[in-house]
Amino acid sequence: MAKITFITSDNETITLEGTSGSVMELAVNNNVKGIDGDCGGVCSCATCHVHVAPEDFAKTGGPEELENDMLEFDDLTNEYSRLSCQLQISEALDGIVLKVAK
Amino acid sequence: MLETANQICVVIGASHAGVNFAFNLRKEGWQGAIILYDVDPNTPYHRPPLSKSYIVNGDLNSNLLKPLESYQKENITLELGKKVTSINRALKTISIENETDQKYDKLVIATGAIALIPQINGIKEATNLFAMRTAADAIAIKNAIDTSSEKRVVIIGGGYIGLETAASLKKIGAKVIVLERESRVLERVTAPLMSEYFMDLHQENGVKILIKKNVISIKNEGSFNTVFCDDNTYFEADIVIVGVGIRVNAELAKNADLEIENGIKVNQFAQTNDKNIYAIGDCTLHYNPHYDKFIRLESVQNAVDQSKVAAASICGKNLIYDTIPWFWSDQYDVKLQMVGLSNGYNEVLLRKEATENTSFSVWYFKNEELLAVDAINNGKAYVLGTRFIKGKQKINKSKLVDVSIPMKPTSFL
Repeated sequence: MAKITFITSDNETITLEGTSGSVMELAVNNNVKGIDGDCGGVCSCATCHVHVAPEDFAKTGGPEELENDMLEFDDLTNEYSRLSCQLQISEALDGIVLKVAK
Repeated sequence: MLETANQICVVIGASHAGVNFAFNLRKEGWQGAIILYDVDPNTPYHRPPLSKSYIVNGDLNSNLLKPLESYQKENITLELGKKVTSINRALKTISIENETDQKYDKLVIATGAIALIPQINGIKEATNLFAMRTAADAIAIKNAIDTSSEKRVVIIGGGYIGLETAASLKKIGAKVIVLERESRVLERVTAPLMSEYFMDLHQENGVKILIKKNVISIKNEGSFNTVFCDDNTYFEADIVIVGVGIRVNAELAKNADLEIENGIKVNQFAQTNDKNIYAIGDCTLHYNPHYDKFIRLESVQNAVDQSKVAAASICGKNLIYDTIPWFWSDQYDVKLQMVGLSNGYNEVLLRKEATENTSFSVWYFKNEELLAVDAINNGKAYVLGTRFIKGKQKINKSKLVDVSIPMKPTSFL
């Protein structure tokens, strides 16, 4: 079980608990604003972009190559950017804070 | 704010477009009832994984568009396994098989398409013959493979569905032959060099692809079928999969006298010629401002974007449909991302990244205008292609193909 906190662009803070699947699925299933996951979670649309809180970035690690490609030229990208469909929920992510990028 | 508390919005079709629409409508502030009908009894699911990951991992539950609780939470009523038989525009009702009529204030048609089953001699008598469109199709294919000892599969049609299915079935141990009628696979949607690339990729992975194979009959021989082509060749198959295209589900709209033209014709708000009826997704013929023409698209992007536009319009906001189409396909460990529409191209440029042997992109031009980009394992080309097409950016073609110049937003000016 991992508790994951989302902060939306409206500054709404939503903390959700997940046991499996991706962080994008958790957000979509709970209607977190700004995380659409249009492609279903296959790193093809970048509609699930989040900024990991800097102090939590070690827990998620950085993006793989294709994810990095998708993010590199996005105007909202910063050094803590991840596509949440590529973040698998596990105990290791417990307590992390993610800011929705749009 | 519109007074919608006592109104009813009915959606026919609970796949990607219909379900996204329902949740978007709630988000836009609709307070009345939202009722989703679908003839498919399964909790609405993502379709793209059916031909990709589903065949391999077999878990439909990880594939739902939304968990069941979400529908309750947003007060969206699911009426699954129910067939809508007609629309009465004068009374503003729909008829449902074995049920009483349902009234609507706003109606959204999201009926998509069904797999086309060609009229081939013996096709009705064939055993283990399937399309690949619905969860039931995918489950049936997986069961047939799992219980077949020989696992000989013939796929009729070398389009994306056929090729994705071939790759997935190969992964679970099937012997796969793809029969393509044209002289190359993906003939309708991509350039010859992409066709060649995919043909080689499949052959390297042990899938046999045969071109110029026009299937003319299928003969059932008990537990297997023999598939005959017009060049006197034939192939034995324990399982036959048909992937030769789709037919738009437009009968309801047609019978209700809505404007039809290779799909249900809608304006930039996804509205039909009846102001209370919208249509979204694969079944629509819609105007795309970027390409300045009416098009019909079979894609998740179109389903999602039209669902947003229709929901906004019904709630009194003026959002217009203005998206560059995008698509993707996963086969083996190759990710293909496509953006734009290549129809009408007169020049194709290939950019093969110098540092990697698996990453390249194909750029389609009509004279100086960039129309579309196909990116293989190359998210950068996909993202930049999207931006260039959207901004109608002029591309310096000689810089584009010069791989010593790194791919950056300003590299090809």
